[in-house]
Amino acid sequence: MAKTIRGKAKAKNGMVDVKVLMKHPMETGLRKDKDGNAIPPHFIQNVTAMSGGTMVFSAEFNSSVSKDPYLAFAYPGEKGGALTIAWSDNTGATDSADITVK
Amino acid sequence: PRMAWAAWSESAMKASESTAAMAELFGSADNQASAEVKLKAPEIAENGAVVPLEVSTSLPVEQIAIFIDNNPSPLAMTATLGAGTAGLVKTRVRMGETSNVVAVVKSGGKLYSASQEVKVTIGGCGG
Amino acid sequence: AGGALPIGNAAAAQKALFDTAPFGQVRLMHITDCHAQLNPIYFREPNVNLGLHGAYGRAPHLVGNALLDAFGIKAGTPEAHAFTYLGFDEAARRFGRVGGFAHLKTLVNALRGSYGEDKTLLMDGGDTWQGSGTSLWTRGMDMVRACNDLGVDVMTGHWEFTYQDDEILANIEAFNGDFVAQNVKVTDEAIFDDAPVFDEDTGHAFKPYVIKEMGGYRVAVIGQAFPYTPIANPSRFIPDWTFGIRDDDMQELVDQVRAEHKPHAVVVLSHNGMDVDVKMASRVSGIDVIFGGHTHDAVPAPLEIANPGGKTLVTNAGSNGKYLAVMDLELSEQGMVGYKHRLIPVFSNIIEPDAAMTALITRERAPYLGKLQEELAVADETLYRRGNFNGTFDQVICDGLRQVLNAQISLSPGFRWGTSVLAGDAITMENVLDQTAITYGETYARDMSGEELKLILEDVADNLFNEDPYYQQGGDMVRVGGLDYTINPLAGMGSRITEMRLDDGTLIEASKSYKVAGWATVGSQAPGPDISEVTAEYLRAQDTVRVNKLNTPKIVGIKTNPGLSS
Ligand SMILES: [Mn+2]
Ligand SMILES: [Mn+2]
Repeated sequence: MAKTIRGKAKAKNGMVDVKVLMKHPMETGLRKDKDGNAIPPHFIQNVTAMSGGTMVFSAEFNSSVSKDPYLAFAYPGEKGGALTIAWSDNTGATDSADITVK
Repeated sequence: PRMAWAAWSESAMKASESTAAMAELFGSADNQASAEVKLKAPEIAENGAVVPLEVSTSLPVEQIAIFIDNNPSPLAMTATLGAGTAGLVKTRVRMGETSNVVAVVKSGGKLYSASQEVKVTIGGCGG
Repeated sequence: AGGALPIGNAAAAQKALFDTAPFGQVRLMHITDCHAQLNPIYFREPNVNLGLHGAYGRAPHLVGNALLDAFGIKAGTPEAHAFTYLGFDEAARRFGRVGGFAHLKTLVNALRGSYGEDKTLLMDGGDTWQGSGTSLWTRGMDMVRACNDLGVDVMTGHWEFTYQDDEILANIEAFNGDFVAQNVKVTDEAIFDDAPVFDEDTGHAFKPYVIKEMGGYRVAVIGQAFPYTPIANPSRFIPDWTFGIRDDDMQELVDQVRAEHKPHAVVVLSHNGMDVDVKMASRVSGIDVIFGGHTHDAVPAPLEIANPGGKTLVTNAGSNGKYLAVMDLELSEQGMVGYKHRLIPVFSNIIEPDAAMTALITRERAPYLGKLQEELAVADETLYRRGNFNGTFDQVICDGLRQVLNAQISLSPGFRWGTSVLAGDAITMENVLDQTAITYGETYARDMSGEELKLILEDVADNLFNEDPYYQQGGDMVRVGGLDYTINPLAGMGSRITEMRLDDGTLIEASKSYKVAGWATVGSQAPGPDISEVTAEYLRAQDTVRVNKLNTPKIVGIKTNPGLSS
């Protein structure tokens, strides 16, 4: 599992309940450090969830999503399936993680 | 596999006012309050930096967006749902002050919404 | 309601108290907000308890004669003294102290015995483990032991959550009854960290409800903890738990409990506070009775609130051990069809204290007795806490803060707990601890701008007077020392407070800096000495303590109100 993505995927009645917790400062760009300098914006902008080659869910975040973004959603799927969560931020950094559906 | 990242809806994200942000995102801000759109939000935030929100709908839905009216950039997030994906999204947002939170759902080309005020308070019993 | 208790003739009085003729099939008894008072105490009810908008003139926003009239209680009777502030000083001397766990236990046992033990239930609405010196020093364990001896069957909480989370779980483990709360969940983050959870799917931190089999009838008891606990009290002690009113979850749970268990009655043991209970009762269908607490209101008879499913009874059972609520329910296969309710004042002078409980109380207090009984000063007038804007005991605390910490202005939270000390009586350390014993009692003295001061007053005023009870979070208004102001409760958020002036009449300026002392900081630990020590130091320095000025805001925009009496 990637360092910045933790996920839980549980199958129930043909749907998979997904919870994802990402690690990211989500700086808005409006905060100042203790010397009065503006801390530059640094936040996740895109999140995707792929299963079996299909994009089952995707989201665009603004900097007002809380630090360490949390996301929960549900898509059609079965136990044993594979889900890939990926994010990219405004600096071009990315990360992704593979989750097995329980 | 290398991902072709979808574009980020910059003009909608940077709009400083909800109606403008909605128009930028959906092409129109015309929306109808609907009992089929449910927004679960605390009446009073326990922590303005981390406010849990849940939007759910039984309508067949393509896109869900969340707007925080009094935030400097009201559009907080937008989600696109694949075929069969549930009309449900939960996340946590940052709110600087008491504000109306509006959940907008695009279904059948039309916009439906639900809103609720979330109060951000100093806390304690004063002093 | 009504009917005089024959005080003076102990045997007859006991008979009158205990002869609550059985009615129906089950007897539900309810105590709430005892704030750790193990012994009998004095507690003055408020003379200012404003109800605005929809709450105007509706219980609990009735004081004095307005309250007596609304509930048909005769003036001058022991019940009039129990439920109102009228003639308090003299009536308290005449009728004596109220409450006390040993006296309560005698009453509870008699009411259980005469009805049939297996058909009775004793519920505790919470705010039990905090409010006294011994509860603070034992981290609430003294009260857990006392509640076990009393035979409490079910409880929920609020100030219980001001201990550390592992201490709370240990107390719940030691408590013989059930701890229920449908509205407390483990945070999204903590679930990822595998924090202890009652149900991982629903996220419930605790059992949400319990089904009680009572003499062949099923009663569901759903718990509702104080919804704004992490806002009104420090969240740092309970970082993994999140609260809220969650009335949509409540509706889902009521529907599920009824479908799954087919109870004869569904009741909610609630720490919402009465105004929130009334609103929740109007929105949620399928609840028969809400047994309410938190706002410390002594409401002699339940309110009947209509909702889409029918109606729900809303009660509130006062505080500090002063009352025992008894509700007998008439049940049938169709559900609840009738009730008989009494809010019994516990007059300690006419009840024989239970021997086992008396021994327990003695044991709990023994290690601390010297400290508790230290006499600090004599009270020149009756010292009490409750009232929307001020209380004489709060003024003593505010005066102490200004003097000992050298501040121009002082702030003290509008807590509703705290026992009363009668004029002429000695104030003991125990009395001070009854006003100040919290796990975050550290004080501060720092510079604050006039603007910051106003923001605080406006914020608390909205928590009190927001038109929508779901947006009210506070206790009473923050008490002030060295500061006067005008308040228009009916104005909107940010516009209620004007004319802020120092004691000498100087107008407070937004950008000017003032030295302000206070305590009970929620965000982080304050750096100064504990408030109990500051107050004790202030009191020790004098023989008789006087309240020279009771800082009272000028109220505008309100002509008359049945919740306002000078
Ligand atoms: Mn209380
Ligand atoms: Mn309370």
